[in-house]
Amino acid sequence: MMEQSPNGNGRAILEVKDLKKHFKVGRRASLKAVDGISLEIKEGETLGLVGESGCGKTTVGRVLVRLYEPSGGEVLFGGEDVHRARGNDAKILNRKMQMIFQDPQASLNPRMVVSDIVAEGIDIHGLAGSKKERLDRVHELLETVGLSKEHANRFPHEFSGGQRQRIGVARALAVEPEFIVADEPVSALDVSIQAQVINLMRQLQRDRDLTYLFISHDLSVVKYISDRVGVMYLGQLVELADSDELYANPLHPYTRALLSAVPVPDPDYESERERTVIAGDLPSPVNPPSGCRFRTRCPQAVEAAAHVDPPWREAKPGHWIQACPCFA
Amino acid sequence: MEMNGDNILEVRDLQISFSTYAGEVQAVRGVSFDLRRGETLAIVGESGSGKSVTAKSIMRLNPTANTIVRGGEILFGQEDLLKLGEKQMQNIRGPKIAMVFQDPMTSLDPTMKVGRQIIESLKKHLGMSGREASKRAEELLTLVGIPNAEERVKHYPHQFSGGMRQRVVIAIALACEPQILIADEPTTALDVTIQAQILDLLRELQEKIGTSVILITHDLGVVASVADRIAVMYAGKIVETGTVRETFYDPQMPYTWGLLASIPLPNADRSRDLIPIPGSPPDMSDPPKGCPFTARCPYAMRVCSTEFPEYTTFSAEHKAACWLHHPMAPNVEPPVRIGDAR
Repeated sequence: MMEQSPNGNGRAILEVKDLKKHFKVGRRASLKAVDGISLEIKEGETLGLVGESGCGKTTVGRVLVRLYEPSGGEVLFGGEDVHRARGNDAKILNRKMQMIFQDPQASLNPRMVVSDIVAEGIDIHGLAGSKKERLDRVHELLETVGLSKEHANRFPHEFSGGQRQRIGVARALAVEPEFIVADEPVSALDVSIQAQVINLMRQLQRDRDLTYLFISHDLSVVKYISDRVGVMYLGQLVELADSDELYANPLHPYTRALLSAVPVPDPDYESERERTVIAGDLPSPVNPPSGCRFRTRCPQAVEAAAHVDPPWREAKPGHWIQACPCFA
Repeated sequence: MEMNGDNILEVRDLQISFSTYAGEVQAVRGVSFDLRRGETLAIVGESGSGKSVTAKSIMRLNPTANTIVRGGEILFGQEDLLKLGEKQMQNIRGPKIAMVFQDPMTSLDPTMKVGRQIIESLKKHLGMSGREASKRAEELLTLVGIPNAEERVKHYPHQFSGGMRQRVVIAIALACEPQILIADEPTTALDVTIQAQILDLLRELQEKIGTSVILITHDLGVVASVADRIAVMYAGKIVETGTVRETFYDPQMPYTWGLLASIPLPNADRSRDLIPIPGSPPDMSDPPKGCPFTARCPYAMRVCSTEFPEYTTFSAEHKAACWLHHPMAPNVEPPVRIGDAR
């Protein structure tokens, strides 16, 4: 029995259509980091994006918030093509779409104090009328993310990893965004601190109607925080469904293998479960396999998979898969 | 200092400090544990809990310049490893106790073909001839699941993927069939699919060679899938230890409860918040008196901040240090039980 996802009102805030991002490597070759992805992110929901390193999940996030120009396809935010926007339109989009990075150490300028880091966006977008208003906003934001006013005049190195990530969250919130791309926001943190940041992100989503794209390689965390989850492999989406549905009824062999590889902190369950261990490594995204990209590692690969580009279709309502001949 | 016959290694009251500009950092504060023959013991804890320092002390790999051994002994065979000279340690490291680190790139020499890196230790420790050693090197690469070994020995580390590099490191570690393998976060840098491959490999090799393994990790899922026993470290002390089943299904100490409650389980109810451990670990240059978890513990009592509790024993293997087990303490239930919803 499927429950309606608690978040999201069903209206798409972001539409991604056949998105491609290829990076030039060497003279002729190009690395196909993202190679034809289409999805919608609904207002108020959390869409999780999982996959192994090198599958292109981070690149997707970066293209969405305009850190990269796409090589093909388009991204519509509230109906507006984000990569065509110029001037003031572009600036407004930058305000509405924010990003939280994986490494809070690397993403905070070590020579700026916290109040300047958090207020940078406020200054750029002219959201505070006076110095006092600016400072009040900063204090309010710090308290929102569980820090205190006294932290405003300190430098990033004076904080622990979890606190730094809270500063990163405060900076993203400062410009009152509608959509936040969170790229591995808790991966660098200890488990006990991870839960603090996850709870904070969920709380903020409830309070401010935020929409998240949550990128992570940690499938348990993604399942917990996401309403829907997309699985990527070598630059393409192979499966997309409601979080509970995807984890209960994975259809694509890659999703199945990925889920069965996650060790669960439950010894009895671990000793009984059967694993589909997939052999080998990720093929190079410079020269991906023809047809179904997973076929070189697929436990049930069939001959036909090499010749057909598997179509993206809805297997059941809301459950999308790349329909490879090996199972479709 | 006689060792129990079942044990291959005994660590007794180990105390390790580092001298830094900020003063003495007490990384390990009285850690004791045994390693049985053929078992896998997992040491878990957050960063800074002292788990890696403990492991490196066994290998004597902590920096000599600022490491202070405040006390304790590490018994291996007839010897206390803390008393050995560097020359003697070199005969232990590799042939008797080997170590695998988190990042394979830092433990491989980038300028040397991987074959030579394996051959080196075979020649030095087992006195093999060049020809024997290179044949063995190929066998080892095959053993750890690297296809096309006769070609691969001629490759440099950068020509391997992350998972393959970790296999090479494991091949080197197992080259001399050591009695103990210390694996320090061996799969943390790897993707889950590759992690599953490496964990399978370690399990298989352990069965074949009979090596005892100390697995250092922060991933409780990994612990549940490969370890026999577990020691939970916090602020330089072991706060709970037991078989994996005892510790996961019947944890006896609020820090262990907190660890188990703060990870999202696959069957977690998503409408409920996770239960995080508030605050952050203490500063080890000035560790708190008493139980170091007091400041973050929802059940802390007055006594907790003044004196570290004795270990309470629950079974042959299971013990925990917590004042909640004092007869006068209130009865408290853990917030989450693993396996309940299954």
